[in-house]
Amino acid sequence: MNCTEARALLHAYLDDELDAARSLEIAQHLADCADCRARCRALEAVRQSLRAPQLRHAAPAALAARIRAQLPADAPARMPRRFRQWPALSAALAASLLVAIALAGWQAWQSRAHRADALVAEAVSDHVRSLLATHLIDVQSTDQHTVKPWFDGRLDFSPQVKDLGAQGFELIGGRLDVLGEERVAALVYKRHLHMINLFQWPAQGAASTESREQTRNGYHVIGWREGGMQFLAVSDTGDLNAFVEDFRAAVPLGSEPR
Amino acid sequence: MATRAQFETNVMQHLDAAYNLARWLARNDADAQDVVQEAALRAFRYYDGFRGGDARAWLLTIVRNTFYSLHASSAPGMTETYDEALHARADEHTPDPETLLSRAADAASVRTALERLPAEYREVLALREFEECSYKEIASITQLKIGTVMSRLARARERLAAALVAEASP
Repeated sequence: MNCTEARALLHAYLDDELDAARSLEIAQHLADCADCRARCRALEAVRQSLRAPQLRHAAPAALAARIRAQLPADAPARMPRRFRQWPALSAALAASLLVAIALAGWQAWQSRAHRADALVAEAVSDHVRSLLATHLIDVQSTDQHTVKPWFDGRLDFSPQVKDLGAQGFELIGGRLDVLGEERVAALVYKRHLHMINLFQWPAQGAASTESREQTRNGYHVIGWREGGMQFLAVSDTGDLNAFVEDFRAAVPLGSEPR
Repeated sequence: MATRAQFETNVMQHLDAAYNLARWLARNDADAQDVVQEAALRAFRYYDGFRGGDARAWLLTIVRNTFYSLHASSAPGMTETYDEALHARADEHTPDPETLLSRAADAASVRTALERLPAEYREVLALREFEECSYKEIASITQLKIGTVMSRLARARERLAAALVAEASP
């Protein structure tokens, strides 16, 4: 990336509006280029200048009151007079209870969805980083019998390693990586020129074993659970579905007769 | 039919955001209150047409439109006095971060510099920096393309930087 490109994207970079690959390119350019670094610092100073709480104006209390006074009243409910008071009250109570329950459920769902989402984003940037920073592989081997023992002793779990050479996905090695706060195993497979990172770590809590696919910044991500492990496959190849099917169908090392 | 309770839950809670945007557009409290009050009444009237989604962005869109309809003469780029000569070098010149930071600490001078920017820059800065809207939200509120939001935000920050530095070295 050159300075012109970097400057054009610097604002979006600071605003966290770029995809992982682009962010990484900018970060690398900033590490190399003092001019752009100075510009970036100046921009951060401008953003800093707008953080003072005095610059935010809260609505005056009287304004809310004035607006409420002008809103038309709700049409009155048509009910016989003697029922009017307390059924309305209990209905209101029931309604607010329902709202509270719905809200709590929604928040729990949101935070779970948010966590899962953050994990997927991180897996994609791990994948991108592994391709860019020549840190794709810690142990290079096409032999699952070499890759699997390498992980033992480096992780407190034993990852599933499978040979998918016959299906056209060549195992080229493995690597330790971090997702969220977990140390995870990353297996690296290759199909033609496409790399596939398969992350796995011990699953927490119960979840469906069904695989879920999504696309983020042009990368396919498929996650699933099996045998107490959480799996996340990331690649730019359109064959990722086939890869996941083949991986799930293949016999894991250790359970086949030697 | 819109009910007060729904409106209260979904819309009135964003009154601070609405007022903040109106205040940075109008640049004074009385006009900002008028804008927000009018916008809230419009929002209540149109509430039936609001089909869920982001109520804050929806309200901010109405606030912005209300401001420009009440202050037609101050629609973006119409009557703003702007000293081009003073800020002409903003784009090629990188302001010194230390000078900027020393100015940044002084909220009063930041406020003055920000208020002197044209409305089109004030609104993108207010939405991004104060309301923390994403580019996509800003694009939907201002009815601009995302690319335009990006370049407007870039110019707004560069001009704010230039103004802060210019003020620092009279």
